[in-house]
Amino acid sequence: MTWCPTLRSSAALAALLLVNGCATLPPNAGQDPRDPWEKYNRNVFEFNDGFDAAVTKPLAELYVKLPEPIRNCLSNAFSNLRGPSTAINNFFQSKPIEALSDVGRFAVNTTVGVVGCFDVATRWGLEAHREDFGQTFGVWGFGPGPYLVMPIFGPSSVRDAIGIFGVEPFLDLNFYIDYPGIEYTVFGLRVVNERAELLPADRLIREAALDRYSFIRDGYLQRRRSLVYDGNPPRERDPEDEGDAADTDAATPPSGRDATAKPQSGAGAGPTAPAIEPRPESAGK
Amino acid sequence: MNADTMQNLMKNLRLVVAPLVVMLAGPTLAQVSTSTPDALVRDLTTEVLDTIRSDKAIAGGDTSRVQKLVDEKILPYVDFQKMTRLAVGRGWRGATPEQRAALTREFRTLLVRTYSGALTQVKDHQVQMRPFRAQPGETDVLVRTNVVPSRGEPIQLDYRLEKEDAGWKIYDVNVLGVWLVENYKTQFASEISAGGVDGLIKSLSERNRQLAEGKKA
Repeated sequence: MTWCPTLRSSAALAALLLVNGCATLPPNAGQDPRDPWEKYNRNVFEFNDGFDAAVTKPLAELYVKLPEPIRNCLSNAFSNLRGPSTAINNFFQSKPIEALSDVGRFAVNTTVGVVGCFDVATRWGLEAHREDFGQTFGVWGFGPGPYLVMPIFGPSSVRDAIGIFGVEPFLDLNFYIDYPGIEYTVFGLRVVNERAELLPADRLIREAALDRYSFIRDGYLQRRRSLVYDGNPPRERDPEDEGDAADTDAATPPSGRDATAKPQSGAGAGPTAPAIEPRPESAGK
Repeated sequence: MNADTMQNLMKNLRLVVAPLVVMLAGPTLAQVSTSTPDALVRDLTTEVLDTIRSDKAIAGGDTSRVQKLVDEKILPYVDFQKMTRLAVGRGWRGATPEQRAALTREFRTLLVRTYSGALTQVKDHQVQMRPFRAQPGETDVLVRTNVVPSRGEPIQLDYRLEKEDAGWKIYDVNVLGVWLVENYKTQFASEISAGGVDGLIKSLSERNRQLAEGKKA
């Protein structure tokens, strides 16, 4: 990892725009069809890392020192703020039963659960869902578009970012709190809460990834695709995987393909990755 | 040689032998059923979760204990060679047998080390099987589970298994929608394009060495 002093200095968002080519760029950066803006993305990724190390992560580490009941309460209440959005998204995804259940959850947890502090609804058998407009657009047949690393907010895609900034704010109750002081405190705490939940994964990724940037990117894109299909996406098969021919020996060189050519990102990047993947209505969900 | 007959024979033999083994070994050795892939996953995960729950040393973060658990209970049911081959992709074809062995060894070490770390986080999780569908005679299946913590949302954990001569073997794992093999493909391809297969082997073993020394990567 290149040490990147300009970006790591405090509040260097402006500098980010001036600095070009500070992050370590692999020679094939930008050739992956899923990530045409890789050079920009890697720079923002590097900046986010610095910001996270300086601000968000220390706060998250402080936050987890709070007693567990308090953290649970906050975490539940924050999820509850997204309740209406989840219900509306389930409705738009043609899942009326889930949508109705989400309305019920929101009603129960907001009242009996004291503004969402206690997740009574789950105990009553109303399962928690988490739907957003990125997923809804996916269900409607839109692919993720180019991968996008957003400053501070991290991994996203054009489709998901449109959902997060274009639609979600209007449905998120956080932004209907009329006292700016409370509104922003709640928002800040939510960010810290989310980060705290990622602390264990953080260490795992640092250990497991050879290149954290592409590990996180590929993980993000896979997870979002999975969520669009409610955890059960159709299998994407890499033609290279077919059969066990490759296992036996290397007798037959791949025809018409240069094995030493630029690395195609594995499956998902090749012709197997459809830009648009409509969800089969009869998926049994 | 008729594999079906052989398999039936083995199955029948196992029906007789398994209870005997369990009786002789006492309650400490649970029998992991390898007859169907979903039973294998269920028994394996239940056993691992039970062991972690009852072993205070593991909860205390004793990684050597976790490593031992992984070695003994999980590894016999995992096909690392296939896992590595799929993750390496087209670079595998040009690799020599020695390179293939080295890749498999280093990748296995990396995965065991990192995922053992994850296992120390397990507390009172329970495994919940999700509906399993497979045609009779299918040799490549998906087994879907949820790992449910005492509070909080269930964690989706799915497995791909292939039927081999020695029984069903896991060759890919999905955590929260992310397939492990898939998530290594791009990284491996870049390493190979930059430094060839040897470059990838070097990166993997370098990472393993750092982790063994307890350095932060």
